[in-house]
Amino acid sequence: MSGTFIGMPAFPEAAREAVGNRTLRRNLRHATHTIRAKRAKAVAEVSDWAALREAGRQIKDHTLRHLDRYLVQLEESVTAAGGTVHWAADAVEANRIVAELVKATGESEVVKVKSMATQEIGLNEALEAEGIRAYETDLAELIVQLGKDRPSHILVPAIHRNRGEIRDIFRSEMGAWGRPAPEGLTDTPAELAEAARLHLREKFLRARVGISGANFMVAETGTLVVVESEGNGRMCLTLPETLISVVGIEKLVPTWRDLEVFLQTLPRSSTAERMNPYTSMWTGTTDAETADGPRTFHLVLLDNGRTDTLADQVGRQALRCIRCSACLNVCPVYERAGGHAYGSVYPGPIGAILSPQLRGTQSEIDASLPYASSLCGACYEVCPVAIDIPEVLVHLRERVVQGGPVTRAGNKVVLKPAKGHAAERAAMRAARWAFGHPGALRTGQRIASRSRRFHPRTLPGPGRAWSASRDLPPVPAEPFRDWWQRTHVTGRGAGAGSAGDQASGHDQGDGK
Amino acid sequence: MSSRDLILGRVRRALATAGEADTPYEQAVSRDYLREHGERTAEETVDLLAENLTEYRAVVHRTNAEELPNVIMRLLALRGPRYVLVPPGLPAQWMSAADPTRVHDRAVSTPHDLDKVESVVTGCAVAIAETGTIVLDGSPDQGRRRITLVPDHHICVVRVPAQVVSSVPQAMERLAPTRPLTWISGPSATSDIELDRVEGVHGPRTLEVVLLSEE
Amino acid sequence: MRVALFLTCINDTLYPDTGRAVVKLLTRLGVEVDFPLTQTCCGQAHYNTGYRHEAEPLAVKFSDVFREYEAIVTPSGSCGAMVRELYPRLGERARAEGRGDVLAATLAPVVPKTYELTEFLVDVVGVTDVGAYYPHTVTYHPTCHGLRSLGLGDRPRRLLQAVKGLELVDLPGAEECCGFGGTFALKNSDVSAAMGADKVRNAESTEAEVLCAADNSCLMHIGGTMTRLGVGMRPVHIAEILASTEEEPLV
Repeated sequence: MSGTFIGMPAFPEAAREAVGNRTLRRNLRHATHTIRAKRAKAVAEVSDWAALREAGRQIKDHTLRHLDRYLVQLEESVTAAGGTVHWAADAVEANRIVAELVKATGESEVVKVKSMATQEIGLNEALEAEGIRAYETDLAELIVQLGKDRPSHILVPAIHRNRGEIRDIFRSEMGAWGRPAPEGLTDTPAELAEAARLHLREKFLRARVGISGANFMVAETGTLVVVESEGNGRMCLTLPETLISVVGIEKLVPTWRDLEVFLQTLPRSSTAERMNPYTSMWTGTTDAETADGPRTFHLVLLDNGRTDTLADQVGRQALRCIRCSACLNVCPVYERAGGHAYGSVYPGPIGAILSPQLRGTQSEIDASLPYASSLCGACYEVCPVAIDIPEVLVHLRERVVQGGPVTRAGNKVVLKPAKGHAAERAAMRAARWAFGHPGALRTGQRIASRSRRFHPRTLPGPGRAWSASRDLPPVPAEPFRDWWQRTHVTGRGAGAGSAGDQASGHDQGDGK
Repeated sequence: MSSRDLILGRVRRALATAGEADTPYEQAVSRDYLREHGERTAEETVDLLAENLTEYRAVVHRTNAEELPNVIMRLLALRGPRYVLVPPGLPAQWMSAADPTRVHDRAVSTPHDLDKVESVVTGCAVAIAETGTIVLDGSPDQGRRRITLVPDHHICVVRVPAQVVSSVPQAMERLAPTRPLTWISGPSATSDIELDRVEGVHGPRTLEVVLLSEE
Repeated sequence: MRVALFLTCINDTLYPDTGRAVVKLLTRLGVEVDFPLTQTCCGQAHYNTGYRHEAEPLAVKFSDVFREYEAIVTPSGSCGAMVRELYPRLGERARAEGRGDVLAATLAPVVPKTYELTEFLVDVVGVTDVGAYYPHTVTYHPTCHGLRSLGLGDRPRRLLQAVKGLELVDLPGAEECCGFGGTFALKNSDVSAAMGADKVRNAESTEAEVLCAADNSCLMHIGGTMTRLGVGMRPVHIAEILASTEEEPLV
C-alpha cells in the first residue's frame, strides 16, 4: 500500500477529527446526498435490477471459483492479440515491472488514467523514486495530486473538496506542473473543468506512455474495458505508443457476453447515469496498417493480497467488487468520518472489508476498520454484486478478537487475538455466563433496581464513550421478569419449557 | 519460481478447500434478466434513442439520405471550422455539400496534427436506445479512435432504424470484441466536482448525432 | 393461540413498560402470552462484536427455552433479525468449521416461528387496527435491522395510521441509521453521536411530540441524545402506543 498511509491512527481517532470538521461534513453530506437520490432513480428505471444483481454476483463467484483457469485463458488471449502479460505477486514487484517497462521506452514521464490498483500499490511514488513523473489526468485525481492530498473516495477521490477549494488549488498549484490556471478562474464547475482541459491537453498530446487500470478483463477474448466520463481515459488509452495496464486478478469475467450485465449495473450504481459518457474496449494491439492505439501493450496482473482474500470463504465475496462506490455514497459512517479516516485508498464500507483482508488485520488501523460500521446494512442493499458487507465485517471482527487461521502472502498462519480487546473479551464471557444463568441475571437486575436512585445519568471511565453525548435511561423500579412473576406466575406455573428461574435451573448451552 | 506460478499456486491452494460444487459456466449464471426493457416499435426505439441522447446533452438531428449532405453542411457552417476530419471510408456523398477543407486521417498523423482540426464526421457501428449510446468500432466510416477524441466537435451519423437496438445486451450481440470499441453517451462530462455532472472535459464538448432515416 | 414473548435482555432490564405493553396488547387481541422465565439474551451483541463462539451457547439456550411454542414474538427488530437471519448463519459457520450439523439442527426450529411484534400483528394475527387510542403527533423511525434484515416494510406505519387520534408525520431521512449499532456506539462514539444528533434534528424538524420506533436499543440512543440536546420530544416504543386505549391511555 501507498506509503502515505503508513502510521495511520485507528479509525475512531481519525474519524473524530473529521466529525469535528464542519466544512468537510458539509462537503460530504452535499455530495453523498446528491448522488444517493440520483442512484435510486437510475436503478428504479430498470425493472430487472434484482436479476441483473444476481447475475453479476453469480458471474463473479463463478470466476473466482475457477480463477486459475480463467487467468491462464486471459493470458493466452491477450498474448495472441499482441499484448504481453506480466504477473506481480505484490506491490513492490508490480512497481518494479512498470518502472522497467517505462524506462525501456526511454521516457521519463507518463500519463495516467484513474486506477485504484495503481493507487493501492503506490505506483506514482515508486515511479518518482525512479525519476519518472506520473501525471494524473482524471479531474479528481488531478485535484488530489496538485493539492498533495490523499484520495478519499473510490469514484471521486477529491469528494472532500468543494468548488472553492478546488479553484484555490488550481490557482496556486497548476503552474508548477505545467500550464497555469487561466486568469480570473472562478469556482463554477464548468470553468474548473475547462481549466483542467487546458492544463492536461499538452500532456496528452506529447505523451508516449500511458498507464491505466481496467474495470473488466474478458478471459475468452483478452479484451480490457475502461469505464470513464471525461475522455482522459480515451486520451491515455489511444494516443501513447505504449500502454501499461495494471489490473487486479479479480477484475476478470469469463466471456464477452458477461459485460452486458456489468455495463448496465456499474454506471447506474456509480455515477447514477444510464450510461457513462465513454467506455473503451481494446483487445491487445492493432496491426501497423490500422495503427489504432498503442503499438505496445503490457498487462500487469496484480495479486497483492487478493489470493489471501480468496482463501477466506466468508471474506472472498469482497473480490466481487466492481468499485462502483455506491456503498460509500449511502454509508452514514462514511458521510461523517470521511474517506481519509479509513487509512487506505479503499474507504467506506467496501474499504472496511477490503483493506484488512488485502493488508491483514495486524496494524492498528486495519484492526479497527471492521468496527467502522453500525451494521445498518445500507451498503449491502445497494451493492450491485450483492456483497454482504455486514457479514464480512462481523467475520473480520471475529478475526480481530479471536485470531485464528488466515492466509498471508500465500502461507497459512494462525493469528493471535489482537491486543486491546482483553477487557472486552472478559466482559463478553461474563455476560455470556450471566445470560446462561437467569438467576444470576435477575440478581444483577435487582441490585440495579434497588440502587437506582444513586445512578448518575452520565458515566465515568470507559462509560464516557456513551455518556459524553447521550444520557442514560433511568433504571426501572423492577425488571419485567419480577413483574411477570408477581402478576402471572403465582398459581399458574412458569410456562412451557421452564424449570423456574433458579440459577441451578437451566444451564444447558453453558458448556464452554 | 516465477511470479506467474506463485500466483496460480496461491489461487489453487485458496480454492482447494473450497469444497463447493464445480458448476460449469453455462449453468453457473441465471440469465433471467431482460433482453430489453419494454416493448417498442422500431420507430419508438429511435425516438427513445433521441430522447436519451438529448438528456445527456447530445444534439440530435433527423434527416433523410437526400437532405443529409445539406444537414452536415449546415452543422459545419454553424461552427465554421477551417478543417474537418473524415475517416477513409466515409460515404463521399455525405460531405458533398460541406465547405471546410477535408482532412484525411493517416497513420502518421500525430496527436498535434489532430489537435488543429476542429470537427470530425463519422458513421457508427450501433446505437443503444435505452442508454442513449452510440458505439464506434473502427470500421472505415468511423476511423481510428483518436479522430473522434481530439477534435472538439463530433458529428455522428446513425442509420435508423437499422443501426439502432434497444438495449445493452442486444448491442453486445452485434459487436466484435476484437475491434477497438468506443461507447459514447453524450459529450464528455465529469461528476468530480461535488458529485454533480458537468458536460465538457477532454473529449469533444459538442456531440451532434444525425439520425439518418433510410426508409 | 399461545405464544412466547421473547422480551430481550435490554427490555427486561431497562424497559419493562414495553414488555407490559406487549402483554396487554396481545391479550386484548385474544392471544395467550407466556413469558418463559428462563429466557435471557439472543447473543446478538456477542455475535456482532466478533464473539460468535460466545454467542453459540446463548443461541442454543434460546432454542431450548422457546422451541415448544407455536410462535415467538419479540418487540425488537434487531433481536428478531438475530434469530431469523443470523442463527442459520451460526449453523453454517459451525458446519464450515467441521463441527457437523448439530448446531444448525438445534437452532432450526425457532428460526421460522420467530416474529417481530408488528410482523406478528399484521401477518399472523391479521390486524392493522388494534383498537388503540393515542392522541399525539408521532413520527416513525424504521430501525435498520427491522427495515433491511426482516423487511418489515410499511407494517409499522400501517399499524400507527390505524391508531385513533394519532397523527403520523414523515421523518426526513427516515431510513438512515440512528448511529446506535450496539458496541459501535462505544467503539466509534464520535461518529455514533454525530449520527444520533442528525437523527434527532430530523425528528425535531417534524414538530412531532413523539418519536416512535420498534426497537428500544435504538430509542435508548436517540432518547439519550434528545435529552442531552435539550430536545423536548419523547422516544416511545410502538408497542406502548398500540397498547394504549381510551380506557387505559398510555401516560
